[in-house]
Amino acid sequence: MVPLLALTHVDKSFGGGLWRRRRVAAVVDVSFSLPGSAPEILTIVGQSGSGKSTLARLILGLERPTAGSLSLMGEDIGQLSRRHRRRFMGLVQPIFQNPFEAFNPLRHLDHYLFLTARRFGGARDFAAAQDLTAVALMKVGLSLSEVARRYPHELSGGQLQRLAIARALLAKPRLIVADEPVSMLDASLRMAVVTLFKTLRSELGISIIYITHDLATAYVVSDRILILRRGQVVESGDARQVLGAPQHPYSRQLKDAVLVPPAATAAARAPSR
Amino acid sequence: MSGASADAGAGDGGPVLKVEGLKAYYRTRHFGSAREVRAVDGVSFEVRANEIYGLAGESSSGKSTLIKAVAAALRPPLEVVAGTVTLSFLGTDKSIHQATAAELAALRWRKLSYIMQGSMSVLNPVRRVRRSFEDFAGRHLGRNAGFKARVLEHLALVGLEAAVLDAYPHELSGGMRQRVSIALASICRPDLIIADEPTTALDVVVQKEVLDMLRQLQRQMRSSLLLVTHDLGVHAYLTDRLAIMYGGRLVEEAPTATLFRQPQHPYARHLIASLPRIGDDREMGSLPGSPPNLAEPPSGCRFHPRCPLAQDRCRREVPVMTAIAPAHKVACFAVGGHA
Repeated sequence: MVPLLALTHVDKSFGGGLWRRRRVAAVVDVSFSLPGSAPEILTIVGQSGSGKSTLARLILGLERPTAGSLSLMGEDIGQLSRRHRRRFMGLVQPIFQNPFEAFNPLRHLDHYLFLTARRFGGARDFAAAQDLTAVALMKVGLSLSEVARRYPHELSGGQLQRLAIARALLAKPRLIVADEPVSMLDASLRMAVVTLFKTLRSELGISIIYITHDLATAYVVSDRILILRRGQVVESGDARQVLGAPQHPYSRQLKDAVLVPPAATAAARAPSR
Repeated sequence: MSGASADAGAGDGGPVLKVEGLKAYYRTRHFGSAREVRAVDGVSFEVRANEIYGLAGESSSGKSTLIKAVAAALRPPLEVVAGTVTLSFLGTDKSIHQATAAELAALRWRKLSYIMQGSMSVLNPVRRVRRSFEDFAGRHLGRNAGFKARVLEHLALVGLEAAVLDAYPHELSGGMRQRVSIALASICRPDLIIADEPTTALDVVVQKEVLDMLRQLQRQMRSSLLLVTHDLGVHAYLTDRLAIMYGGRLVEEAPTATLFRQPQHPYARHLIASLPRIGDDREMGSLPGSPPNLAEPPSGCRFHPRCPLAQDRCRREVPVMTAIAPAHKVACFAVGGHA
């Protein structure tokens, strides 16, 4: 079966034109693929400067690789015609780091959702767009009444990030690329967003590329993990195995730097309703 | 490893900072309608000599307002409505809010200093680091021959080489810039350092190095540190005692290790249980609802609309911080001590 996404020997470097002497290699010889048969959450972990955001932009088609190729369901992302490009934008949806910057502060939030529903969701008129939006919001635990006629500053970061996910869902994507989606959120909201990814994968069959520097949430959510250092993949494999017993010295260094708070005793666990 | 067990000498001596019944509100008036945001509403705690005291809370819990009020960095519309903040080095009979401008100026950097979140915003981007040291610390230490030696000695303490003095801030990495701002804040050997999210902008590996350095520095200078961050991992690693804030009030305070092992307040229990851990495969429940709007806070206990243990009483009365064990205080009717 054709893989959903395949990267083969992808390189990306910046600079090095006529006036600049130094070329920066952001991504170096990266190859991996996501299976077309079963949805998967793939986590890409690295420190700042490791090239993880460049990799995300390559997958989203926002940058072209210097060498190598990326393909989505067998089609080369770099060679898309205008018509195919529109379809591609529907199939691969981004979620960005800072929900406060992702939305125009002067526009109502529902405007974005209706726009996406009409452009990518196949809604023919306003009523249909409204219906689709309501369904998408329900999937992320929000309701249209919470969002309608509201501006971004009226919602919390966690709500906005869930709204961003709802917007992505409207396009009926096969793949969501989430670049540090929870690093701006409070700890208690982080887990809610991250577990939502798991639900999207199991119930809607959407594959997710989760880009983060946080190994703990990576452990909880991911099926497979890729550790990136200076643009190169130093270790990859099953998330539980890699994080349970990292082999590469750099992976071990990353794991050692995670601050692990002691766990509560059984008697003092969170009470439930 | 927890900071609590690292040094038996931690937290000896009397309080350096004592906050009692502090209330700080944002008061605005628009077209005749007054609005009041009760960001800090009756907070009491103390920071002892030679201790790292942690303050944890999520966005809009009021922790940033609290440290502004503690440091007397007040600007309208923020006002201190009630309560006192006393500092051992200012004389215990006087709240910092009664101090004159001259007294405050003499206090800052020498006795009380502040490490801010964005290290880039502390350092002047168009001046070499050397100039920042002269500007900030030169005034207090005197710009004589001893000054340069003292700066170099102090830079070594935070793990920096003398070369950084000739660099511009943009030439340094985030971790180095944060070390520079920590060096600036601590060079006068202040009695109390307030650190607001000192490592939030840093990478995990760099974060741990900076935290190690901060602890070493604090132990060496025997200063007190008030550390404010939402990151419970940082608190577990560094602090001796920890308080958790919710909706403008403290809900629990205990030695850090105790708070993590035996959290009592339902909010603290939820917060600690919802931390993801490598190797932990338990399903985590999420908390319904959202943090309170501090312009119209809920009656009684501010956590009651989201609390799984809420009773009738929680809607009517405000629970106060009550000791359930030596050094362990909780503000909850459902937890022993209030029954």
